[in-house]
Amino acid sequence: MRRFNYIDLVLWLFRIGIIGVVLWGMTGKFILGIGNDYTISDWLDFFVSGLSQGSLYALIALGYTMVYGVLFMINFAHGEFFMAGAMTSTVLVALPLENAGYVERFPWLSLLAIFLSAVLTSVLVAVLTERIAYRPLRNAPRLVPLITAIGASFFWQYYFRGLFGSSLLPFPEFPMFDGKIAFWGLDFQKADIAVILTSLVVMFGLQQFVQRTKTGRAIRAVAENKDAATLMGIDVNRTITITFIVGASMAGVAGVLYSIVFRQLNFVMGFIPGIKAFTAAVLGGIGSIPGAALGGLFLGIIEAIGPPLFLEGLGVAGSHQLKDVIAFTMLVLVLIFRPQGIIGERLAEKKA
Amino acid sequence: MPLLEVNDVHAYYGNIHALKGVSLTVEKGEIVTLIGGNGAGKTTTLRTITGLMKPRDGHVIFDNEDVSKYPAHAWVSRGIAMVPEGRGVFAKLSVEENLELGAFHRNDKENIKDDIEKSYEMFPRLGERRTQLAGTMSGGEQQMLAVTRALMSKPRLLLMDEPSMGLAPVLVDVIFEAIERINQEGMTVLLVEQNAHMALQIANRGYVLQTGQIVLTDKADVLQKDPTVQKAYLGIE
Repeated sequence: MRRFNYIDLVLWLFRIGIIGVVLWGMTGKFILGIGNDYTISDWLDFFVSGLSQGSLYALIALGYTMVYGVLFMINFAHGEFFMAGAMTSTVLVALPLENAGYVERFPWLSLLAIFLSAVLTSVLVAVLTERIAYRPLRNAPRLVPLITAIGASFFWQYYFRGLFGSSLLPFPEFPMFDGKIAFWGLDFQKADIAVILTSLVVMFGLQQFVQRTKTGRAIRAVAENKDAATLMGIDVNRTITITFIVGASMAGVAGVLYSIVFRQLNFVMGFIPGIKAFTAAVLGGIGSIPGAALGGLFLGIIEAIGPPLFLEGLGVAGSHQLKDVIAFTMLVLVLIFRPQGIIGERLAEKKA
Repeated sequence: MPLLEVNDVHAYYGNIHALKGVSLTVEKGEIVTLIGGNGAGKTTTLRTITGLMKPRDGHVIFDNEDVSKYPAHAWVSRGIAMVPEGRGVFAKLSVEENLELGAFHRNDKENIKDDIEKSYEMFPRLGERRTQLAGTMSGGEQQMLAVTRALMSKPRLLLMDEPSMGLAPVLVDVIFEAIERINQEGMTVLLVEQNAHMALQIANRGYVLQTGQIVLTDKADVLQKDPTVQKAYLGIE
């Protein structure tokens, strides 16, 4: 047995404190009845909107985790790939189509065009970033590409601000995502359902791609051992580019889904979702694809349910505005207590 | 013409001059062994022959062609395969996926399937574990997998880096028997070993590498009787 030292004591007190706050908040909510009185369908609303938000985090988190898997680098510019796709498709495709009346007449075709242009833009931005900013630093110390990624992130933010301006852009309204839809006597926001279903399809596709195709196998081989992968005849640089392309495509899809739900965009829109998705990737275990998907869904749900569940009961005013506090508290907790994430492996047991 | 000709190769790690003009040849059908102590440059020599490391000077000529001009990943399609040091199997991929990756540069899907089945006949243990993750197998089984995976690329030259490392003596025998059998079927082998005793027994010729230079080369049975080799690498006083 390891000896019990005062750091363990502090960590245990910390755990007990967190659990105490949660229990106290729930007691306040359900027994003392502090805050609003929610019905079952209110809770379900929180859950579904959390799931929809979480699907977006998951889609973005997959890009973080895949790039980390092959390069051991946190690509902090990934949120900008998401922003680039959303902004460009809105300004160059969605708004002109709306003005021409096509969104009203051919909503599905317009949507397809928007998705395609968003994915193309995200991929283009990602490939340029990888080629110009990351590849020359392939053998540099790990801190160097990290700092470069932060620089690339700012570069793209202000590049797109220069292109499209700094004001909020409206995303056109699509009739099929407007209003609610009823299942089993319960109402759901159509947009949320669309986001959840699309994300599930994309994630299923990714899983198939990574597990069943030759290229997917190459990605996994490169993630594990670059020298051995080279000996198999795998072009490591090309595989890394493909990884960026796949990650950026999902960011592009997420960008359009985000636009459908929130319908307002500007050049800093990638920052918070990017950081949240990074949190989700760490939550699930960075480098793990199922981990990123699970982490994203988990983060979205806890963000949506956490405030009413235990913050309101503590008497916190405007608790729903504190969802970021919950997200980043989760990040800190995971980093302290389970740095390998929910299903990640311990970094120490790497390389036998 | 030799199948492989390493010609006055110089390689560096930063400022460290790791290979100081290494030259060696491997004829078709031979087993050639490269022996030497820790840090002599054995692995570095293999890394330059597989393109994982670019020599600063000198050439690697394979089958009359200077392969130094190709990127590292293209060498395997020229016919050079390597079983890397520490086996280098993909631990998180299944046995079958490892073998499929061995055939990565090939496009003859049907033949790949047949070859995988043949490997399972050769090493039934691998067949039993085809869906298992490679990392869950024992060291000996992983070594079998690494050898079979290298053969999946249909190489004309097989490089092996310390295949006996970390294996129980009984498994070392199994691996060396497998190397001999593969050689009898026509494969040319360049074998790097610290276990000079075993290596010289199965090899036709040997090279002794010391601090980045070839200091001795001869037929394997002559090297076995050489007093300096006996003293330095075979533990015979």
